[in-house]
Amino acid sequence: MRKNLNVILAYSIMMGLIILVGIFQSWNVALSIFNLCLISAVMTMGANIQWGYAGLINFGIMGYAALGGLAAVLISVDPVQEAWRAGGFDILMCLWLIIVMVLAIRFILKNFEKSKFRTYGIAAIIVAGIVIIRITAEPGIEAIESVNPAKTGFLGGFGLPIIFSWIVGAFFAGGLAFIVGKVALGLRADYLAIATLLISEIVIAIIKHEDWLTRGVKNVIGLKRPAPYEVNLQTTEWFINLVEKFNSGKLALISNLADRQAALNQMVIEGSSIFVKLCYSGLFLVVVIILLILTQKALYSPWGRMMRAIRDNEEAANAMGKNVVKQHLLIFILGSAIVGIAGAMLVTQDGLFTPGSYRPMRYTFLIWVMVIVGGSGNNFGAILGGFVVWFLWIEAAPIALFLINFFTAGMSDTHVLKIHLIESVPYFRYLMMGLGLLLIMRYRPKGILPEKIEIK
Amino acid sequence: MDFLNAIILLLNYIFVPALTYGSQLALGAIFVTLIYGILRFANFATGDMMSFGTMVTILFTWYFQSIGISLGVLPTALIAIPFAILFMIIYMLFIDKFVFKYYRVSKSPPVQLAMVSIGVMFVTQAVVRIIIGPSDRRFFDGEKFIIKAREFKEMTGLNEGLALKSTQVITIFVTIVLVSLLFWFLNKTKTGKSMKAYSDNEDLALLSGIDPKRIVMITWIIAGILATIGGALYGLDKSFKPFTYFNNMLPIFAAAIVGGIGNPFGAFLGGYVIAFSEIFLTYAYKKFFMYVLPESMEPDSLVQLLSTDYKFAVSFSILVIVLLYRPSGIFKGKVL
Repeated sequence: MRKNLNVILAYSIMMGLIILVGIFQSWNVALSIFNLCLISAVMTMGANIQWGYAGLINFGIMGYAALGGLAAVLISVDPVQEAWRAGGFDILMCLWLIIVMVLAIRFILKNFEKSKFRTYGIAAIIVAGIVIIRITAEPGIEAIESVNPAKTGFLGGFGLPIIFSWIVGAFFAGGLAFIVGKVALGLRADYLAIATLLISEIVIAIIKHEDWLTRGVKNVIGLKRPAPYEVNLQTTEWFINLVEKFNSGKLALISNLADRQAALNQMVIEGSSIFVKLCYSGLFLVVVIILLILTQKALYSPWGRMMRAIRDNEEAANAMGKNVVKQHLLIFILGSAIVGIAGAMLVTQDGLFTPGSYRPMRYTFLIWVMVIVGGSGNNFGAILGGFVVWFLWIEAAPIALFLINFFTAGMSDTHVLKIHLIESVPYFRYLMMGLGLLLIMRYRPKGILPEKIEIK
Repeated sequence: MDFLNAIILLLNYIFVPALTYGSQLALGAIFVTLIYGILRFANFATGDMMSFGTMVTILFTWYFQSIGISLGVLPTALIAIPFAILFMIIYMLFIDKFVFKYYRVSKSPPVQLAMVSIGVMFVTQAVVRIIIGPSDRRFFDGEKFIIKAREFKEMTGLNEGLALKSTQVITIFVTIVLVSLLFWFLNKTKTGKSMKAYSDNEDLALLSGIDPKRIVMITWIIAGILATIGGALYGLDKSFKPFTYFNNMLPIFAAAIVGGIGNPFGAFLGGYVIAFSEIFLTYAYKKFFMYVLPESMEPDSLVQLLSTDYKFAVSFSILVIVLLYRPSGIFKGKVL
């Protein structure tokens, strides 16, 4: 109990802050912050596994999150039959061609010795393959994109419940991580960072511009939900009764029957959106707890000890007979898969997929700030980092506004400087993040909750 | 005649724009490579430092415009740049003193310095947006074109015009001057040589009496000059928007690594490699083939290898290929 005191204290303060937001702003805001904190926490856990356990830098978080989001679309949207009829055959042909191409390259790699000839052969296969694939795909893609472009214009998905996409998203992200890991893991740390950052940009470029698959920048809206819809809730008997019961004290004060009914309606509308958010919170909390248990178990298992050994001294671990390359690849895939889950969760919560919104600032660097601030190598720290940083990211604007008003209290409201500062309030969040990161790196380099190695 | 038309077409749409864009990237790439070679970390704040320098240039330009100073046909920004450089150097040295120095003295691993540079990136980005706002700004004044496409057509009687923007000429000219000065400084002067020695082998350089503090200071000063000029030229040619500058960091990194990181000459050429391949691969060659091929063989499609949406992706793919097959870059930089 004693040694976990700081963990409990930190989490209680965090929860207290969110509850304060609930009391002073609104419960709706507080819950949406809480939900996004949970999603951020999942992302942070993914990054923390890679960085904290194994010392691998992954600046491609954005790409994996976007792939998770893509999974949510592909799983939950109903298939567009017309588009499949129009161009499905061409797309399937292309898939076959890609598989054939990969198999051919593998065959060459296995059966021929390394030589200039082999390298050129592979390059020729890739170039020819891309040309053939483009020729095959073009009519199909055009046909698909012209099917009712305002509403669909893409192949759609499988029409399954969106919850499944959380697992599928993990597989998507893990698959990409396998390829990236094979390519880039041999690089030195900062090169790995740059390479993963650029690869994630390529992924985003593909998702943004392959309209037949993702609708691109036209966005996919109205995804299915794992939670009930507000509109349906507002007309459900038991829900109205529940709201009435909760607010019976307040309602009893209103004597006029019509007024009371109006007040109740208002409460039902508010309550429905809170209820939906609570449903999401529950789902996300389950994911976070499951992941936390798994990662904690892994951290203290022989495997976790081996990962730390590899992190702290690669050569020594290698000399002890540990396969460093394989373990690095494994942990790279695991961490990215967790980020993929978070990406799918995010799209599930928003109910829409907007490829244009994936930017490295928000999805890569912010997550890294979370990991560093929270405490790398410590799962509780990582989750806390997700909470603290996301909370500040949202609440930075109100805080900045308060500070500006405080410090410029002497100026008149029409003063140029004051107006300019108030207009630029949204950008103070970057300042806060940057200063926070710099201060933490300088004075508490291990984060708020530093890594603790317990030998059991 | 058709052949000449085809060449002018390529010059107008590929060669001149790519040379301009490549120069802008090259300046940024040399900045990255110098920081990497001498201070030994990947500076993720590159794009935002450039945008900071551009912002100061814009502020000075506005000031000069308001008091009525101008260069006539040339953009006013050219007078503003030296003042902006001074300001930028102070900013760089300030950041170094209060942020990077601590980690350098305590010999932190490069990864930690890269993380710190992310903090600097956030702060710089915030400062730029708070001061000048996130919107798109043009600060170009003076004569826009040296040769207009229409004038060129009338002059030569060709079907294709060659438009030459003054910003393009200024960019290329300034880059050549600046880069030659820089290479002269690095290769011929004593300070430059000691910088190279410090980059090659720190311990040996210290042993032979090179003052590390001075080397670091000069590196930041050069970095400030490169960041301001590179950023201001990009802003003059296109427009200034903080978010674009942040994004430009990525092709700049690609250029520095493709050229061989730690090697300024490689970075210089790397900028052009990236710029030319981006534009070569995404240009639609339909018109070119219409001029070159006989009428019966004219293509129906656009003859575009990749759609322009994948412009950035091209440079990143080149980077990945280079990292795979020649990790030290085309021109042999530091071995990874």
